[in-house]
Amino acid sequence: MGVLAHFSDALTPFHLLLALAGVVAGTVVGALPGLTATMAVAVLTPLTFGMPPQSALILLGAIYTGAIYGGCYAAILVNTPGTPSAIATTFDGWPMARRGDGDLALTIAVLASVTGGVVGVLLLLLLAPPLAQVALAFGPVEYFWLAVLGLTLISAISEASLLKGVLGCAIGLMISMVGTAIVGGDIRFTFESQALLGGVNLVAALVGIFCIPVVMDLVATPDAHLKVGQRLRGFRLAEAAGHAWTGRWNLLRSSVIGTLVGILPGAGGSIASLVAYAEARRTAREPASYGHGAPGGILASESANNATVGGGFVPTLVLGIPGTPPDAIILGALLVHGIRTGPNLFSAQSGIVYTFIFGLLVATLIMLPAGLLLGRYAFRTIIRVPKAVLAPAILLMTLIGTFAINNNIHDVWVMLALGAGAWLLGRAGITPAPVVLGVVLGPIAEQGFVQGWLIGSATGNVAGEFFGRPIALAIIGMILLTLLWPLIARRLQERREEQP
Amino acid sequence: MRRRAFAAALGVLAALGAGVAGPAQAYPESDLTYVIPFNAGGESDVTARLQEPAFREITGQGFIIQYLVGAGGATAWTQLNAMPADGSTIMGVNLPHLWLQPMQGKVGYQTDDIAIVRLFQLTPFALIVPGDSPIETVEQFIDEAKKAPGAITIGGTGTHSAPHVAQAFFDQAAGIKTTYIPFTGTAASTAALLGKQVRAQWAYPTVAVEQQDAVRMLAVAMEERHPLFPDVPTFKEKGFDFVDGAYRGVAVPKETPEDIKKKLSDIFGQINAQEAFAKNMREGGYVLIDVGYDEVGAFMAEGGEKYREIARLLGLVE
Repeated sequence: MGVLAHFSDALTPFHLLLALAGVVAGTVVGALPGLTATMAVAVLTPLTFGMPPQSALILLGAIYTGAIYGGCYAAILVNTPGTPSAIATTFDGWPMARRGDGDLALTIAVLASVTGGVVGVLLLLLLAPPLAQVALAFGPVEYFWLAVLGLTLISAISEASLLKGVLGCAIGLMISMVGTAIVGGDIRFTFESQALLGGVNLVAALVGIFCIPVVMDLVATPDAHLKVGQRLRGFRLAEAAGHAWTGRWNLLRSSVIGTLVGILPGAGGSIASLVAYAEARRTAREPASYGHGAPGGILASESANNATVGGGFVPTLVLGIPGTPPDAIILGALLVHGIRTGPNLFSAQSGIVYTFIFGLLVATLIMLPAGLLLGRYAFRTIIRVPKAVLAPAILLMTLIGTFAINNNIHDVWVMLALGAGAWLLGRAGITPAPVVLGVVLGPIAEQGFVQGWLIGSATGNVAGEFFGRPIALAIIGMILLTLLWPLIARRLQERREEQP
Repeated sequence: MRRRAFAAALGVLAALGAGVAGPAQAYPESDLTYVIPFNAGGESDVTARLQEPAFREITGQGFIIQYLVGAGGATAWTQLNAMPADGSTIMGVNLPHLWLQPMQGKVGYQTDDIAIVRLFQLTPFALIVPGDSPIETVEQFIDEAKKAPGAITIGGTGTHSAPHVAQAFFDQAAGIKTTYIPFTGTAASTAALLGKQVRAQWAYPTVAVEQQDAVRMLAVAMEERHPLFPDVPTFKEKGFDFVDGAYRGVAVPKETPEDIKKKLSDIFGQINAQEAFAKNMREGGYVLIDVGYDEVGAFMAEGGEKYREIARLLGLVE
């Protein structure tokens, strides 16, 4: 069967319906803080057991990509990432919503998500086998440096003072250390509590640190939740498209970053969007506007996180090694369907694979109209619901969402405790973003560092392990560039002014 | 949005949390809640999903699969005995986790607290190198390790876990020293092996089933050769008394009535005997075992002794 035949198989009414249903269901689940893409895929997987494998894959892929996109709703409208992938979307999405541009921010997010998703799927379609080798070339040391690159974002997201940003990040790193260390098995900061042995769940931490302060402020201040113009201005599609066109290189670069980071089995959408955001800010004409409602920030974050969907399927399909947590569940579903993944999948089951990839492409495109409509509905609802209803509704959602992560009430207590802590830190001028940066990147940096150290010690060359590998050196170069960029930019500016 | 969102969330909760108890007459009279202590999509989950059609054929009921993930399974096992003890709730169990975790202390259960009704599956340990590694045999591996003690890096899942046990045990048996590098899961440690970040891996034949020629198994820790890999020797053939692996089984809350425990044990035995299920498991590289209700006690006691020794090797106990 030719490739075109697989394409038309992806376009059968049944598959189109699955793609639409998957995108809508995924978007709704992803929009709710606490309910993640992983959970959306896990919960809906049993539904697919009665279907042929390619249909099951299309549905799961559509749910996955929809959920990653849906994370931006809560990020923009409530300053709470709906999924970890949307952390970086809060940086500029929330300020935009606050000043009355929530509708515009949502439309920009749709355009970015669709673009990122399409780039990711196209790279999956055209370059999967060679790209899979990238995943393998990435060793512990590279993960360590990638996490450090992400940590350089502190300087960008520390609103008031860099010191407070670093302090917040250190608190986040400490939170990430709670529990049993994967590498080494040490038990840390559990205070003899059973419940903390497994560590602090990342999603519970996100929900607590971001969402609880928002709810408390909703209750504590008389202002409206979001500023709104005199009348609703529809999708503001032309305006959003203008921003996307202005930021087209940012969009493309972020999509490629997202795809590449998605390919790495130890990374994921949260890191992809953080790294893309850092790069977008560094190369922006007005970096100072980032963090204060720059459309470019949303473009970077949302295109990168949706690009991880296609990227994550590269190692999943080519190597049988899941690129992201939802991929792991989809891989499990494939096994239940009797499909053995691994090096032979692309040749032995090409029909299923290509039908699925085209189906994912179609689902990503369906996200454009579906996302615009859902986004407008979400925006209208959130500005119409009175605060007296909104605050308890959000709080209830966070409780349900956090409980649903592991069906574990301990996660809810942890979430509330961290939320109260984050609110107190906020009073002291320490914002949630650097704290969460530490929570997300801490484990990756730590594991990579310890593994790299162990490997380096075994071969008697620790320095060579950390500083002698080409990819590691490239990332170190990017770290230095990011850290020194303000100095370099000033020097260039001065030189330009000297030579009229 | 909010309203629909709320309805969706309730739906999700209902799907996750449902599960109705049924007393023992014609057990089981309703779907069972099957708690998996690991992530969806993992080997425990896939096994449970594959067991379900067979379970349905035998009993007419199905599973409601729940995930209670955390602390390498300890989160779920700590809570097992607080769950309904009427046969409505069963839980996946894994060895050697149940032996090793309480020895490390600080988990909220003791090995004897867990009422295992049957062990049904084994993934034997296997020593794996990349497909193009110059090391082709166990002997070469040992020579290489003796030449430069500690220089061979071996990836595996987690610290004080099944692959870590394999590494410690084999190092001692062969009189060698290797460096164990823990990863977050089998997928991560396999990626590290394929990318040559580590030189070898302690894992299972399931890895070789997936990766085929990209990896080479040097030996498996089984009594007989693995049916899918007739060319791969056992450690026994190489002169090491090393037959072990990661076991899976099913447990119930301790207070569950005896007759239900026995019945459940028999049902899971029948699932193993079902040809479609067995074929699927075999092709995935799993080994089916049948440690029934009457034999589990002795099996656990014997293994517990052995693992106290191994815990000493790992430095977990004095």
